[in-house]
Amino acid sequence: MHVHFLDPYQDRPSLLHRLDARVKLLAALAFILTTSLTPPGIWAVYLLLLAGVVAAELLSDIPLGYYQKRALLALPFILAALPLPFTVSGTPLWTVSLGAWSLTASQEGVVRLLSIAFKSWISLQAAVVLVSTTAFPDLLMALRALRLPRLLVAIIGLMWRYLFVMVDEALRLMRARTARSGESAQAGLRPGGSVLWRARVAGGMAGSLFLRSIERSDRIYMAMLARGYDGEVRSSSTPRVPGREWLILTLFLFLLGALLALSLLLRAS
Amino acid sequence: MLFAPTPMHIPDGFLSTLVAVILWVLAVPVIAVSLRRVNRDLGEREVPVMGVLAAAIFAGQMLNFTVTGGTSGHLIGGALATIVLGPWAAVLVMTCVVAVQALIFQDGGLLALGANLFNMAIIAPFVAYAVYRLIQRVANGRSWTLFVGGFAAAWASVFVASLATALQLAASGTSPANVAVPAMAGIHALIGIGEGLITTGALALIFAARRDLLQRDAAPSTRSNTPVWVGGGLLALALVILSPLASAHPDGLEWVAEQKGFIDTAQGSLYNVIPDYVFPGISNEAAATILAGIVGALIVLGAAVALTASRRKQAKA
Amino acid sequence: MSQPSVEIVDLHYAYPDGHSALSAVHLHLHPGEKVALVGPNGAGKSTLLLHLNGILSHQTGELRICGLDVNAKNLGRVRALVGLVFQSPDDQLFSPTVFDDVAFGPIYQGLKPAQVDERVHAALSQVHMEEYARRVSHHLSVGEKKRIALATVLAMQPEVLALDEPSAGLDPRARRTLIHLLSEMPQTMLVATHDLPMVRELFTRTVVMDQGRVVADGPTAQILRDAALLEAHGLEMP
Ligand SMILES: Nc1ncnc2c1ncn2[C@@H]1O[C@H](COP(=O)(O)OP(=O)(O)O)[C@@H](O)[C@H]1O
Ligand SMILES: [Mg+2]
Repeated sequence: MHVHFLDPYQDRPSLLHRLDARVKLLAALAFILTTSLTPPGIWAVYLLLLAGVVAAELLSDIPLGYYQKRALLALPFILAALPLPFTVSGTPLWTVSLGAWSLTASQEGVVRLLSIAFKSWISLQAAVVLVSTTAFPDLLMALRALRLPRLLVAIIGLMWRYLFVMVDEALRLMRARTARSGESAQAGLRPGGSVLWRARVAGGMAGSLFLRSIERSDRIYMAMLARGYDGEVRSSSTPRVPGREWLILTLFLFLLGALLALSLLLRAS
Repeated sequence: MLFAPTPMHIPDGFLSTLVAVILWVLAVPVIAVSLRRVNRDLGEREVPVMGVLAAAIFAGQMLNFTVTGGTSGHLIGGALATIVLGPWAAVLVMTCVVAVQALIFQDGGLLALGANLFNMAIIAPFVAYAVYRLIQRVANGRSWTLFVGGFAAAWASVFVASLATALQLAASGTSPANVAVPAMAGIHALIGIGEGLITTGALALIFAARRDLLQRDAAPSTRSNTPVWVGGGLLALALVILSPLASAHPDGLEWVAEQKGFIDTAQGSLYNVIPDYVFPGISNEAAATILAGIVGALIVLGAAVALTASRRKQAKA
Repeated sequence: MSQPSVEIVDLHYAYPDGHSALSAVHLHLHPGEKVALVGPNGAGKSTLLLHLNGILSHQTGELRICGLDVNAKNLGRVRALVGLVFQSPDDQLFSPTVFDDVAFGPIYQGLKPAQVDERVHAALSQVHMEEYARRVSHHLSVGEKKRIALATVLAMQPEVLALDEPSAGLDPRARRTLIHLLSEMPQTMLVATHDLPMVRELFTRTVVMDQGRVVADGPTAQILRDAALLEAHGLEMP
């Protein structure tokens, strides 16, 4: 498997792709934080935030459909918030009666549910914009710039390097299992084995993957030693963020701050 | 899909900012300690060993088995990592897994990452370790304890982490405690069985092939892990006691959610600073603001479209 | 003659990323026939073998195993009929002991424990590894692992064996043992390999693939004599 399987759009020449990873990371985090801080039901601000993230999607030169497909990921989690209309007290909106039971939905509850759904939708899009326009090594560099410990960044970097190797290994294991999952011509046999046995087989696969990784990591360590690794994680110095991009970031943060102030103002009124 | 999303990765939007920030504050020091501890134990091997094993757990989460019909179980891996690598290394490995899932695959939010780390990279290994050590101690190190202990540790790690998730959602006012707790606990009591079975299967293979990896009890560092298993045990106990309580008194957590701490307070004081401001000439304020929002949104989008279009033209020229 | 064991008509396949890996492949294998599949890396040999077992499903064309169409309905039967051995035995051995690995197929088929035992022992004795049943797969040598991997599919009593580079990475003695084993097996065989000396020794018929197409198909002796053909497709005369 190849990285491009995940990031088919990572090396496009768009404005957003060329922006410094640190700027993009900070902008995305600030955007998500602002979204989180915006009180429920401030629709005007939600719309502006949505416009902001969709504008970024347009600037990234990647089809909007791609973003929407990936943004669906959080959809199942909405289940957790579904009871809200019936549990938050407030202005009654409608009542459902099921025999002896009756549930009353409140306006406040519905607003809160919709706000959660909306916020999670736009936050997710912001995160997708970030990863779709930033190469992973740049993202690592940005994390280091955010003062993440060097060691942790190095571990994540190595993890990334072997992620696809391991995923391929897991896929091959599963493929080998599928290849032998055959049915006998003998009548009356139920194929598949017991659940317990199937779980144990999957466990064996996980165990062998884990074990082989432990042994592989020893070999990788020796190969690193052979090339002069001494446990010290050195990183090449990071380039400076161009002044123009600082300006963009400052402007963006200022806009987010203004939106936040606006949302508080709207809520107060 | 590359991985099977579990109902435990909280996306952004589902936690109140306060809860998310508190969990970041709780998670960061533990991860920092684990980074230092593992460095002490593994030295310069830390980077390759932790990196490769994190990749392995990530990939291992794809390994699934059919339960019935369309449902399948798959490995989560917190307990397996804990039993084979010890609790601190497990914290570190799971931190990398959960962080990469959030950063690259948007499985779990970025602001919510602190909470997800706390649940899956800290609670899960700590609880697994506490349960595993307890059973080993009770059974006095007989070899079957590896499997019974492994199963129980895996089940408990998933179950207790789900309780924490439910409580966080309840404290955020996202999901009422009397719904979230039983629902999460119920689902994860089942998912935990699958995790227990897979973990046991994996331990059986490692036990057969490399018994030496599992006999770390003699290692000197085990003793200094006492805080982990005491901490893990207390955490588990607290969550197990707190959850039914919260569930029985959902208003309690609702109250926490209503307080939402400093944000609302901050808002309150802000309102006092900003004088009552009325947009001139607008009678229906709500409609007016939404209209203004739409106009603003259209302007932003129009600018983006124009900018991309002009760049396209430039590129063609 | 009875129906062919393998019947492939105008098979095309492109990977999800759009890369076309097989185009217009025709191939018929008669029962008991042993056929070598040669060609440079990336020719599509592994891709073709994965089709026999329904792991990859063809987009156009026809594919029948022992008269059964390879489609979703027959997948279970086809997987028992075709024993697919992967290039890396590590992918195939994922249970604590050799016995468990060989028993996977029979248990999956729903056989009773006594029958499973019998199948496992029969399969292990076919690869001359009976005394390895209780051993841990992880610790075996590559040659031993390859033989166990072969046993894991023999335990399903397949009609067709599809082997992917079985002699790759073996030392001369392990390779010799493998050649002996393969010559003893009665099944229809399609074997992807770069080992032309083994091809000459073991297979009466050879199929040459390149860039997803079958470029030659005929008696081994004739194909291995055709220096121009071999050179054009990145092979060397043995
Ligand atoms: N999973 C995959 N996705 C995309 N392309 C693939 C994949 N696997 C193999 N290929 C490509 O298909 C072609 C045939 O590969 P393969 O069947 O493995 O060749 P061989 O076994 O003859 O060396 C190669 O060009 C290879 O790069
Ligand atoms: Mg191949």
